[in-house]
Amino acid sequence: MTDNMLPLMTETVLAFLPFYPLISFVLLILLGKRLSWRLAASLSIAAMVLSALSSLFVISQLSVDIPVITSHLWTWFTLSLAEGANQTNQSAASININFYLDGLSAVMISVVTGVGLLIHIFAAAYMKADENFSRFMAYMNLFIVAMLILVLADNLVLLYLGWEGVGLCSFLLIGFWYQEKANVLAARKAFIVTRIGDTALAIGLFILFKELGQLTIVDITQNAQLLWVAGDDKAYWITLLLLGGAVGKSAQLPLQTWLPDAMAGPTPVSALIHAATMVTAGVYLIARMNGLFLLAPEVMNYVAWLGAATLLLAGIAALAQSDIKRVLAYSTMSQIGYMMLSLGAGAFSAGVFHLMTHAFFKALLFLTAGAIIVALHHQQSLFKMGGLLKRLPFETALFAVGLVCLMALPGSSGFFSKEAIIAQLWSSDTAGPLLWYCAIFGALLTSIYSCRLFFLAFMGESRFEQNLQPSSSKLLKFSLIALAVLSLIGGVFANIIEMSLAEVFPLDTRIVESDPYWLHSVAIATPFVGIIFSWFYFASYRSKESAASNKNTFIASSSGIATFCRQGLAFDSFYHWLLVKPYCYLAQLNRRDVFDQLLMLNAWYVGLCHDVLKSSQTGKLRWYAAAIGLATFLLLLVLSVDVISTEAS
Amino acid sequence: MSITLVMCGLLFGGALAWLLEGIKPQSARWVSLLTVLVIGVYFAIALNSTAYDFSTLQLLVRVAWIPSFHIEYALALDYLSIVLISLTLFLALICVLVSWQEINDKVGFYYFNLLASIAGIVGVFTAVDMFLFFFFWEVMLLPITALIAIWGHEDRHFAAIKFFIFTQVSSLIMLVAIIAMSFIHYQQTGQLSFLYQDWLILDLPLSLTQYLMLGFFIAFAVKLPSVPVHSWLPDAHTQAPTAGSVLLAGVLLKTGAYGLIRFVLQLFPQASLNFAPVAATLGVVSILYGAKMAFAQQDLKRLVAYSSISHMGFVMLALFSFNIIAYQGAILTLVAHGLSSAALFALAGMIYSRIHSRDLNNMGGFWLNTPRMGGFALAFCAAAFGLPGLANFVAEFLSLLGAYQRYPILTIIAAFGLIGSAIYGMVLFQSVFHGKRQVKPQAINDLSARELLVFSSLLTLLIFIGLYPNSLLDFFQSENIKLVLNNTAGVTK
Repeated sequence: MTDNMLPLMTETVLAFLPFYPLISFVLLILLGKRLSWRLAASLSIAAMVLSALSSLFVISQLSVDIPVITSHLWTWFTLSLAEGANQTNQSAASININFYLDGLSAVMISVVTGVGLLIHIFAAAYMKADENFSRFMAYMNLFIVAMLILVLADNLVLLYLGWEGVGLCSFLLIGFWYQEKANVLAARKAFIVTRIGDTALAIGLFILFKELGQLTIVDITQNAQLLWVAGDDKAYWITLLLLGGAVGKSAQLPLQTWLPDAMAGPTPVSALIHAATMVTAGVYLIARMNGLFLLAPEVMNYVAWLGAATLLLAGIAALAQSDIKRVLAYSTMSQIGYMMLSLGAGAFSAGVFHLMTHAFFKALLFLTAGAIIVALHHQQSLFKMGGLLKRLPFETALFAVGLVCLMALPGSSGFFSKEAIIAQLWSSDTAGPLLWYCAIFGALLTSIYSCRLFFLAFMGESRFEQNLQPSSSKLLKFSLIALAVLSLIGGVFANIIEMSLAEVFPLDTRIVESDPYWLHSVAIATPFVGIIFSWFYFASYRSKESAASNKNTFIASSSGIATFCRQGLAFDSFYHWLLVKPYCYLAQLNRRDVFDQLLMLNAWYVGLCHDVLKSSQTGKLRWYAAAIGLATFLLLLVLSVDVISTEAS
Repeated sequence: MSITLVMCGLLFGGALAWLLEGIKPQSARWVSLLTVLVIGVYFAIALNSTAYDFSTLQLLVRVAWIPSFHIEYALALDYLSIVLISLTLFLALICVLVSWQEINDKVGFYYFNLLASIAGIVGVFTAVDMFLFFFFWEVMLLPITALIAIWGHEDRHFAAIKFFIFTQVSSLIMLVAIIAMSFIHYQQTGQLSFLYQDWLILDLPLSLTQYLMLGFFIAFAVKLPSVPVHSWLPDAHTQAPTAGSVLLAGVLLKTGAYGLIRFVLQLFPQASLNFAPVAATLGVVSILYGAKMAFAQQDLKRLVAYSSISHMGFVMLALFSFNIIAYQGAILTLVAHGLSSAALFALAGMIYSRIHSRDLNNMGGFWLNTPRMGGFALAFCAAAFGLPGLANFVAEFLSLLGAYQRYPILTIIAAFGLIGSAIYGMVLFQSVFHGKRQVKPQAINDLSARELLVFSSLLTLLIFIGLYPNSLLDFFQSENIKLVLNNTAGVTK
């Protein structure tokens, strides 16, 4: 192979990278139930393997000399520009189906294809018994296609394609078991709530195009930095709208309410979409548009505060949940809050690094939870578990690994990424000490709800009377172990990530000498404080005696505060009364269409005249004679008055 | 290249179908199918073999019709009319296919009406003599009214009368405007003329054009339809037979948009520019109101009908933004909505033929028995709420992107229509296919081969245009369109 061939080949590989799962999707949908489990599973997994291998190959081609690889597929559409409408001298902007691979998208595609592949393997075993297995794998494949397009897009319209595509797949997969009313409603809610964010994003694109005449990400960043200075009004509004899109997709305040309900979907879906990949799309968007966000320090500050508020809110809500998957959902929200906080503080690479490690350990947590739930005959309530340490040692060990990473205990992958975030908060221009305290308090909450979950599910006396049915599938175990290994050693990627992202994000030239010396020790000590606190506070959950002595320990507390927290701080009912009710009421009120009613007044009036005149047609001779007489009299009267008045004048 | 042949062929095919059905039952649909196919092929071949440059309006036929009034039989074509005629002929095929088993009464006459209305629509898209245009405008209405009144659902007479009165009253206003224009031509040149090209070069006093423009605008706004004169549409759509709904949504609404582009904007540029804020506001109101009303409906066809109003609002907003991107978006919306709404009405028809109800409350859980239909329905709903990758997304995106350049606030409000469309799209899809099964499993069958053909051809086109919209947009990049738009836009400066 000559040297000239290699770039061409790399481009080709990159061009095909997202489309292997698409082929698999089409085949699975067309052939449907005619495929055996073995065929359907191998088809969808093979497609993922191809994508993952392609990713490895193209990423290996990235180097200091070649920081970016692009691949042009075709021109999607062309936007003509009115002359002189924008500052750059061009007559048309092309929106292309182009893929753009740099350090940031390299991290993303390795997470999407790598973790995606492992979850596909798990799902193949987990969903084996479902009669719609091939449809499930087809949706999962389609999701991967959309997600890869999202992270590889070189312009914001193509990104929007992926963005909506993952939303649709999320909808389909949440509502996969479509016969349950709750699943259907959860799917609808997820789609519509994220769509609100998407609309903000779309409006952001309109403004961007009007101001810059560009929608290609590289050009936007360049032109924006040429034309605007930091604090520009336009940059403020545009980034605010982009942030609107990001909070919708990433389940941050104020559009976070859909995520806990989305747990209605099968567990691999929760792992893939609602933990590892799709919900981090908002983080990716902000990281990708960092050039623009840096021009709007105020919005960066909002990002940081939104992240902090979400991580605290979600942490508090996670403390009160009784469903194991909902605890993990709130925990995901909270961890994405950390990523947002990090982005807002300008620590982009730390945020992206946390995105990656979080994908590893949260996927592990969800999948292990899935394995446990199946073993317990689809029992998801923590209060019905207990004592699983002895009965499911393998799953317990894996879950513990995941929790250790989540709590960021030293040595685990979560430790490296979360510490990297917290370390940069104190002296950041757009964050500051207050946000540092929030992050530390969030870490404390994380370790407390993690311990509560662990004690309730795995320690104490067993409260699940039936026999367990742990899966013995090798595929399942393989993917879990692989994820556990990644979660544990994820920290070693720190340097690679740092290097590959150095090209993407502006160099951090801040001097961190002003940080007090005790910051790091406090940050490292916090999770341990949480563990020690929980050890005593939740003592009843882990003690063997309490199960027998006091049944009340193991039901969800019904006190006001607990219910309030369990319902995600009542955001749901707030929106229900503020938005859903009025919209439905208005729709109900006007079902008959007021404009139609007004127009039909004409018809009513004509009908009225018709009726009045018709009633005079009685067919009775004497009425007619009287009417003629009366009319003649009146006529004569009018005439005579007329004659008299003319003569008088 | 003979458009006359296309129209006569359709009429002749319709008459033949009517005649043959009396002799041999079941033959009418085959005759109609063949007619539409042959005409479609002829149209395609003729287009490829002509040397005309259709980026500007090319006069094809010009024969005196009523010489004493200088009324001529004049037909012309440009890319706009070619795209719309192609859409019409394609949907005609769909119409014949969806009527295949639905119509069992007066079958021959039915197909005659169907083909006659299509011939009239082709005439509307090509006539450049305004009297002739008005003639075709009426010709296409009568057969459609008959379609609704004879083969419609339970309330068909009411719906047909409502449809007829709405369109008649509005087209009478247009007729007055047409005659007035002709008289102005008489005043200025000493000769009556109804020819569009003659009117273009008239020097019109602004005070008068405001009213003339309104005369045309009202007729086309009723046909589009725009709030507040939209209310014939839900009734007509709901009561019409499936093919009638497909024809109404797919093509008939487009004649309104076509009229706006061809006549209102081009004949009265300054007047429409002055009127633009009102029209754009009407467009935005239509988008939001249509989406909200669609959400409130319990009747599947009514829901789709209101969604059409919402989509046509995008056309109105885009056209009155005087921006080349928005203009392209409007044209793409016409095609995309023609395909997607035709598909949704076909879906409603297929469901009706299975459960004899249009009520969403009687549906639910259909996915279990009809996964194929569900898959297609999902794709068409996704098209309706603007999923990227399908034609409607590019259309709406371009419309809003272009409109934003001129009306930032209005466009931001209009963008909320994206949320509204997601809501009604979800309601539509989920109430039919998700949830618990409402009817017995043996009651509903999945798609037949014919239905599969209808759906897959529609979906293929939607995906193709969605991924490669330049296949259409390339025709609308020409300098001429820019000229017209710049002229109108330049007046303000």
